[in-house]
Amino acid sequence: MLANTPALRAEYRNVWVVAEVSGGKVQKVTWELLGAARRLADARSCELWCVALGDGVSKETAAIHGYGADVALIVDDSRLARFDDEAEAAALVRLIGKYRPEILVCAATTRGRALIPRVAVTSNSGLTADCTGLAIDPESGDLLQTRPAFGGNIMATIRSANHRPQMATVRPRVMNALDFDPARKGQSISEGLLEGESGAFKTVLEVFHDEENPVNLSDARFIVAGGRGVKGAEGFKLLRKLADAVGGAVGASRAAVDSGWVPYNHQVGQTGQTVQATVYVACGISGQIQHLVGMQSCDYIVAIDKNPDTPMMRLADAAVVGDLYEIIPAMLAELART
Amino acid sequence: MKIVVCIKQVPATSDAKIDPETKRIVREGIKAVTNPFDAYALEEAVRIKERLGAEVIALTMGPPRADMVLREAIAVGADRGILLSDRAFGGSDTWATSYALSKAVERIGGVDLVLCGKQAIDGDTAQVGPGIAAQLGWAQATYVMAMPQVDEGSFTAKRMHEDGWDLCRIAFPAVVTVVKDLNQPRIPTLKGRLAAQKVEIPTWTAADVGADLSKIGLDGSPTRVVKTEPPPARNKETLRIEGSAADCAAALVRELRQKSLV
Ligand SMILES: Cc1cc2nc3c(=O)[nH]c(=O)nc-3n(C[C@H](O)[C@H](O)[C@H](O)COP(=O)(O)OP(=O)(O)OC[C@H]3O[C@@H](n4cnc5c(N)ncnc54)[C@H](O)[C@@H]3O)c2cc1C
Ligand SMILES: Cc1cc2nc3c(=O)[nH]c(=O)nc-3n(C[C@H](O)[C@H](O)[C@H](O)COP(=O)(O)OP(=O)(O)OC[C@H]3O[C@@H](n4cnc5c(N)ncnc54)[C@H](O)[C@@H]3O)c2cc1C
Repeated sequence: MLANTPALRAEYRNVWVVAEVSGGKVQKVTWELLGAARRLADARSCELWCVALGDGVSKETAAIHGYGADVALIVDDSRLARFDDEAEAAALVRLIGKYRPEILVCAATTRGRALIPRVAVTSNSGLTADCTGLAIDPESGDLLQTRPAFGGNIMATIRSANHRPQMATVRPRVMNALDFDPARKGQSISEGLLEGESGAFKTVLEVFHDEENPVNLSDARFIVAGGRGVKGAEGFKLLRKLADAVGGAVGASRAAVDSGWVPYNHQVGQTGQTVQATVYVACGISGQIQHLVGMQSCDYIVAIDKNPDTPMMRLADAAVVGDLYEIIPAMLAELART
Repeated sequence: MKIVVCIKQVPATSDAKIDPETKRIVREGIKAVTNPFDAYALEEAVRIKERLGAEVIALTMGPPRADMVLREAIAVGADRGILLSDRAFGGSDTWATSYALSKAVERIGGVDLVLCGKQAIDGDTAQVGPGIAAQLGWAQATYVMAMPQVDEGSFTAKRMHEDGWDLCRIAFPAVVTVVKDLNQPRIPTLKGRLAAQKVEIPTWTAADVGADLSKIGLDGSPTRVVKTEPPPARNKETLRIEGSAADCAAALVRELRQKSLV
């Protein structure tokens, strides 16, 4: 809403985290968001609320409090079992109107990035995408939102001075969760879904969770990625072994995806996903710009390539010159040797 | 059926270079191209047209020279292009951009489907597609990797998620944002390209689409970029590891362990 006077701004209080829910469970990224939002709420001397919409989410109330929320606002409804973004948006817009939070943050996941833009437009709020930093401006009390744009080439700080709530989606894995404290207690509020809010626009017919071949690149601390140098689907099994050995996920260049060796949801880069892992191991990926924009924000980059002089080898923190079919098995042996 | 494809003009990254000092990408003075994801949106529209019959309209908001991306769209099968261009649109954030585009969709009239790319590679927000849906009060489907069924009244969309996908049925009108998996865009023929150069592209101003001036441009944008800075430079030193596979692996694992990375 337009809140361009101090009086109007003062009508909005408290910091909200919209939980990332999948299969009725609150996902880990929500705890990260609560950790970051706790600081914001403390800086604003207000309450931290966590809003969870889904089927069975009331079971998560204790966890929500344990990770730092003062208030759990629960919309537990079987009609929200599957991702009906228009329904969730309608409910959120209504709850925002009722409780008037000052700040609202949500994970920058496929769900969050579908849901929150709809909420922001409908409630006439500004929305900053994919933030990696959040702070309160000591002078104005406004939320300063820092985000990468242009494929990670620029860091922009964004502010919504005259609109409330101030909204942001936040990249997974950049904020730190508080330690879970089972003794931490809070309030909980239960709200319903109104007639007409769900099922008005879409019916979700089928849901597929990939249990066997988990991807979740955005959540991975360690990514082992393969390119054209992997030479086939068989080679990706070797990469998967390394990923499993270090508890990581498997990524890929577009060349590997377009060759049909791995599905598209593994693709990193401009026309794939942007990742922010702690360690990124590029195996047989030369490092063309369109790949680099998707992974250059990773903390530590390892390149394994036969060619010592590729853009990826020059960018890397550690560059291993050699055949990945020899290096990776040797790494597996080395890792197993404690 | 009437389909609008939203196309953004973005800087071409293929011309960009890595700065040896900061190890970051420099992209000064490079040419403008069609946002890569929008090519998949356009291809899907043209395929629906070929199957069911439809009018495909390419829409862009940008400076006068943005007509180029519309001509490219016409070369691969769009029936016409509309350039939304007005000084008053300058500085629009995603709220104001989605408002302006939704006003153009309303002005076109009778639109069943708006197709967008998942994300533009410069602004990188992925907010404009669902923003248009919200402005119009229409259904939305984002991160769409397939549209297995499309008929006169409704369609199915397969949406990509971090942990898998889901399939939903949606009635028109709707806004769909697409990812690369959807299709393989065709290459325009030379003849198509030449023909597209001659097509008249109408320019619509804010007044033409009846946009409320308080909702567009810098003043109509709730967000404001208050500061930009380069990202922190990467570590300049590259640790080079060479030798036998066993030696390399030992050295790398030692390094990772020392840094507590494994
Ligand atoms: C609009 C557009 C969007 C794009 N989007 C993306 C994107 O999102 N993601 C993406 O990745 N690309 C993208 N690309 C493609 C990109 O330009 C490159 O073509 C692609 O990244 C190359 O993949 P690669 O590095 O795996 O293959 P190559 O460049 O062929 O590199 C293969 C590397 O493997 C090494 N190698 C070979 N054999 C071995 C071995 N046995 N052991 C060790 N090393 C070996 C080679 O020396 C070489 O360095 C895009 C391109 C365009 C035009
Ligand atoms: C550094 C920087 C950071 C920014 N951060 C934010 C922010 O956090 N929040 C915010 O609200 N604004 C932000 N903006 C403004 C935003 O980039 C512009 O509003 C831009 O016009 C649209 O956003 P996008 O490029 O992210 O598009 P996206 O939402 O990523 O684009 C998705 C799709 O929408 C369609 N589309 C987008 N723009 C157009 C267009 N002009 N014409 C036709 N179709 C289009 C295309 O189909 C495209 O594939 C930022 C701008 C800069 C320079």
